[in-house]
Amino acid sequence: MTLFEKVWNAHRVRVLPSGQTQLFVGLHLIHEVTSPQAFEMLRLHGLSVRRPDRTIATVDHIVPTGRQARPFGDTLAEAMLAALERNCAASGIELLGLDSGRQGIVHVIGPELGLTQPGMTIACGDSHTSTHGAFGALAFGIGTSQVRDVLASQTLAIEPLAVRRIEVTGTLAPGVYAKDVILTIIRTLGVNGGVGYAYEYGGAVIDRMSMEERMTVCNMSIEGGARIGYVNPDDTTIAWLRGRERAPQGAAFERAAAWWRSLASDPGAVYDDRVVIDGSAIEPTVTWGTHPGQSVGVGEPVPSPDHGRGERAQEMTDALSFMGLEPGRPIAGTRVDVAFIGSCTNGRLSDLREAAMVARGRHVAPGVRALVVPGSQQVAAAAEGEGLHDVFREAGFEWRGAGCSMCLAMNEDRLSGREVCASSSNRNFRGRQGSPTGRTLLMSPAMVAAAAVAGEVTDVRRLLEARA
Amino acid sequence: MSAITTVSGRMLPLAGPNIDTDRIIPARFLRTVSFEGLEAHVFEDDRAAAKTAGDEHPFDAARFAGAAVLVVNANFGCGSSREHAPQALYRWGIRAVVGESFSEIFFGNAVMLGMPCVTAAPADVRALQDLAAASPQAVATIDLTRGICDARAGSAPSSSFAISLPGTAREALTTGAWNATAALLSDQDAIDRVAEGLPYLSGFRAG
Ligand code: SF4
Repeated sequence: MTLFEKVWNAHRVRVLPSGQTQLFVGLHLIHEVTSPQAFEMLRLHGLSVRRPDRTIATVDHIVPTGRQARPFGDTLAEAMLAALERNCAASGIELLGLDSGRQGIVHVIGPELGLTQPGMTIACGDSHTSTHGAFGALAFGIGTSQVRDVLASQTLAIEPLAVRRIEVTGTLAPGVYAKDVILTIIRTLGVNGGVGYAYEYGGAVIDRMSMEERMTVCNMSIEGGARIGYVNPDDTTIAWLRGRERAPQGAAFERAAAWWRSLASDPGAVYDDRVVIDGSAIEPTVTWGTHPGQSVGVGEPVPSPDHGRGERAQEMTDALSFMGLEPGRPIAGTRVDVAFIGSCTNGRLSDLREAAMVARGRHVAPGVRALVVPGSQQVAAAAEGEGLHDVFREAGFEWRGAGCSMCLAMNEDRLSGREVCASSSNRNFRGRQGSPTGRTLLMSPAMVAAAAVAGEVTDVRRLLEARA
Repeated sequence: MSAITTVSGRMLPLAGPNIDTDRIIPARFLRTVSFEGLEAHVFEDDRAAAKTAGDEHPFDAARFAGAAVLVVNANFGCGSSREHAPQALYRWGIRAVVGESFSEIFFGNAVMLGMPCVTAAPADVRALQDLAAASPQAVATIDLTRGICDARAGSAPSSSFAISLPGTAREALTTGAWNATAALLSDQDAIDRVAEGLPYLSGFRAG
């Protein structure tokens, strides 16, 4: 059996009259954007929260990353946080707020606190819930009506998924990161290639990855159309969880670890599909278009729509004109105005270390605005403990408070006009970073740091070699 | 909740693959604690961009005002899970979407609002878009039970083609069970029994 089947079966309550499965949710994470309407629906129907003990809240999307004193200057943002505080207090739900020392992007804090564990079903009103699959959990992004259902019943009405095993073989070259792996997977399989599938990532490259790197890969499963992605739990998973605040402790941890290991897909497991990707061939990757499947290696030219057909060619033409990029020209050398390091894809400590390695002793190019936004308060504290904030500041980056920030620009961090942003986030959709005409180039945090200091897209390996 | 077996109305064709939910409703309009008023901002940035370019976005075209059936291409609703997207469309007046394919989260969110999303062969979808563009008064009728979409413009003979949606969604919509909360709460002992069997909810008790 696959891990998917084992965990699904353990949480299956029953089959509903519609034919959907009623699935128990072991951990429900909520935040300020997708929960207020759900609480309102509960009130309307006279329902209460069934398992406040299995529900955890934080605030991430709307938090200012500069001055964080309450009330926020943005009255809409203030109203959203106030509603979350009221709803949590009324329902007995723990809220990891700005004064907790544990606040951060919901997909960063779940794992770092040890709340996210193998074998759980996890739901959150956010599509990047797939991140938690790095631990061998089944983690579903859901809509607000489903948030209501999970609050009321601690279960979801849902259909099972097929499982596609994606093997990344070989060895990543220096300067090639988890972000490049997932961008390459999406480029290969398409932005809707994963519809109907859970992605199981494996192979030598994934096996060697740290938990942070596995989270980066699983995070962007949704960009490939797969609602969830996961990695089988192994020694790396167990080592990460040992001693975490909300993980089992002592003898219970050893029993937990034995259970976790037993959940990994069996050697003879049957998959609905299998794909092999040669990890050794992956280059630092950059998006050139308006969805995450439109990417090239940093050494490649911007593709020409002549290489697509029909609708695809039209889509490429539209994307190129929005981006103002010329087919056939190298993607390297594209000027950037803004550099953003952060998000639930790449806002963890290892990401900041990799970016700092590039930034150390260099300086942001004139005219470039560069921001580092840690994924959580704990990430910020750990980075400051290592002096990374000083490295960034000396290099001319802004060092800001934890939150989603310029990944979706619901706070004051946003692009203006047609600015071009080198971004470590996950979506290069039109308007995603706060300006309807703003342009986003997705890449690894190290590549963002390289773009910041060069003032243009550049191969980070050149900067890393200069260090050696 | 009422059963939804057919949806009928004039159409609004919206061409292009991979239309994401950030385009349907940009994030700045999510700074709210309710879904009210979202319809005013549906496709706001795309509409503004069309205006700047001297074009008219279909959501601004008077000839499509009052349309209830949105006709789209592949992977509609990809990206963010924001239910604000189907909410904005529904509140604008859309009651069903016909497309080549949908993102799963968008599809599920729409069904939970009682707004069916049905798929059809790409050629049929394009023919429907062409018909809607040429004859904005044409009416499409989506019959979920028979799995057929009929489209008729004036007195011309109607064209019909097969549509599909997953059996579970069809069942939920046509039996009026598309809002799952009541069903999920109907056997609470079964929920507790599953919870009791999960090692991580009992502190990984020994033996
Ligand atoms: S960092 Fe971006 S993608 Fe992640 S939860 Fe926040 S807004 Fe969503």
